[in-house]
Amino acid sequence: MSEVAITSRIPLDEYAALLGQGEIDELRVLAKPLRGRSIEMINSTAVGGGVAEILNRLLPLAEELELNMRWEVMTGGDDFYEVTKAFHNALHGAPYHADAKDFEIFLACNERNRARLSLDAEFMIIHDPQPAALIDGRKKNGNHWAWRCHIDLSHPNRAVWDFLDKFVARYDAAMFSSPEFSRALPIPQYLFYPAIDPLSEKNRELESGFVARTLAEYQIDPQRPILTQISRFDRLKDPVGVIRAYRIVKRYLDCQLVLAGGSASDDPEGAVVLKEVQQEANGEADIHIIELPAWAPLQVNALQRASTIVIQKSLREGFGLTVSEALWKKKPVVASAVGGIPVQIIHKHTGLLAHSVEGTAYQIRFLLSHPEIAAKLGEHGHEHVKENFLITQKLKRYMTLFLAMARAK
Amino acid sequence: MNIAETPFEFFTVSYLTRIGNQSAGTLKEFLTGLQQCSDASMFHHTFQTLSSHHFLTEGFSNDFAQWAHADANREDLAEQLAILDVRDYLSIAALRSDLCRVVGDYCAANPAFSEQTALERFYFCESEEVMLPFELTARSLEEFREGIAHLSHASFYFHFMSSRLRLQLQTNDFSHWLADGLGLGTLADSVNRIDIYTNTLDSARAKVLRLIDRERRKG
Repeated sequence: MSEVAITSRIPLDEYAALLGQGEIDELRVLAKPLRGRSIEMINSTAVGGGVAEILNRLLPLAEELELNMRWEVMTGGDDFYEVTKAFHNALHGAPYHADAKDFEIFLACNERNRARLSLDAEFMIIHDPQPAALIDGRKKNGNHWAWRCHIDLSHPNRAVWDFLDKFVARYDAAMFSSPEFSRALPIPQYLFYPAIDPLSEKNRELESGFVARTLAEYQIDPQRPILTQISRFDRLKDPVGVIRAYRIVKRYLDCQLVLAGGSASDDPEGAVVLKEVQQEANGEADIHIIELPAWAPLQVNALQRASTIVIQKSLREGFGLTVSEALWKKKPVVASAVGGIPVQIIHKHTGLLAHSVEGTAYQIRFLLSHPEIAAKLGEHGHEHVKENFLITQKLKRYMTLFLAMARAK
Repeated sequence: MNIAETPFEFFTVSYLTRIGNQSAGTLKEFLTGLQQCSDASMFHHTFQTLSSHHFLTEGFSNDFAQWAHADANREDLAEQLAILDVRDYLSIAALRSDLCRVVGDYCAANPAFSEQTALERFYFCESEEVMLPFELTARSLEEFREGIAHLSHASFYFHFMSSRLRLQLQTNDFSHWLADGLGLGTLADSVNRIDIYTNTLDSARAKVLRLIDRERRKG
């Protein structure tokens, strides 16, 4: 285990301009009874992945509120991470052959980490399956333990879930990103959304010149409609389905398609999917397939801001924060009704949901033909994110959980 | 200047959404859910949703109506559910009774529809409330105005909307104090008439402030 040191400071008052001073004062009101009480977040990686991205922004905000919040990262060998990767996929419903050795590796690594940690913070938040067995180290000091699951557990592999269930059931609470992901557990289960930071590089306002230069760099025509899906090259994001939907739209309306995602160079499966996508695109000039660097927040921001419509045509999805990112930028979004997406897209209010390639194409055509409705969906989407999916709301939700757990004892 | 004997104390509220153990994939299951879900669940999908979706002022009334519209694809039922106004209810039991009547009647009249599978399931959730003083009080209309202008959305919602159930009166905390604390019955009535279904929390707040300013100009 190692503690993650957060060096950047994010003055809370910078959010007041976006949210109003009352919202910031409310955070201070909620924080007051929690001051001096210890909070510990534990996950399995300090960089990369949505959890680390959120914690990197959450801790500085907690510090601004004078909360005593620490973040520890679990350490493990390659064997542990291979096992937990297999568990992760199996919990998402991928085939997995249960092997007793895998469970032993998992338990041994959790035990080693348990030995190094005090685990005595008043509020212990354990993120995802990797450190779930740390609950075995729970002290008899009456502290509160909650398990935050960021993955889709709606169709988990039975063997893996049965194994994890024994640990999760001993927490005081569990949090999921969608009601659909919750399980039959003897503990309270809460809805906790991931969040975006409106002041981060991925979401802050950009100069129009930067957006124009980004389009020029990728040879995208700013004068014609741009349909964009930002996602890694993964079959579950259905990039080939997006191209097929685009082709249906293109029969009726002139437009361009941008498929942009993190580089596939270190992901063998991603490289295969990228090749499939390129084959499907077949060199068509108006289909822009962009391999972005692993961390390219400003380019993502610029491509989203330049888009006429943002698409998220996933077949499975944890939460799909790219939807919130697009909504924050007031973009009309057409997305699949899977995972956490329907929480973000309230059909016909904050965006449009679709259930097929043809349905996706139909909704895109509708929005391209009705720009005033598209604009209204974008406005409402922005307000929806502001109310529910910003990092400040996430901190508020955590503080509410701590206060509720303390009250329950 | 009127000074109230008992000051108005501003509070704020924060909600956790607790995932319940009931869900519905058909109208028939939905009716069972409405009959059996907790009061906290009823509150969550009717009162609380107005706070978390306050920015939707056209065609969004409660989670039940939205599901009937977007997932069950029953526009006529959705309309009947959407027109139920939470301000008409002093108890969750009365609201539940009307919701069950509307859905029950619809299922009885349309038995084929009641068994059809919706696009997405409806998950019954509950609101778990944590309430704290906002550390603001008011004794005069001026201080009251200042307080309202400064509130968070959640705090404004708490006093303006969810207070109706707490008070068990067809009024809200603001109107109650304006009438009882400051003796401003007409202003209290005007504030109580602001339509939360066609206003966002921001526009409702702006209307409250305008009404207070008009009252202050009179004085």
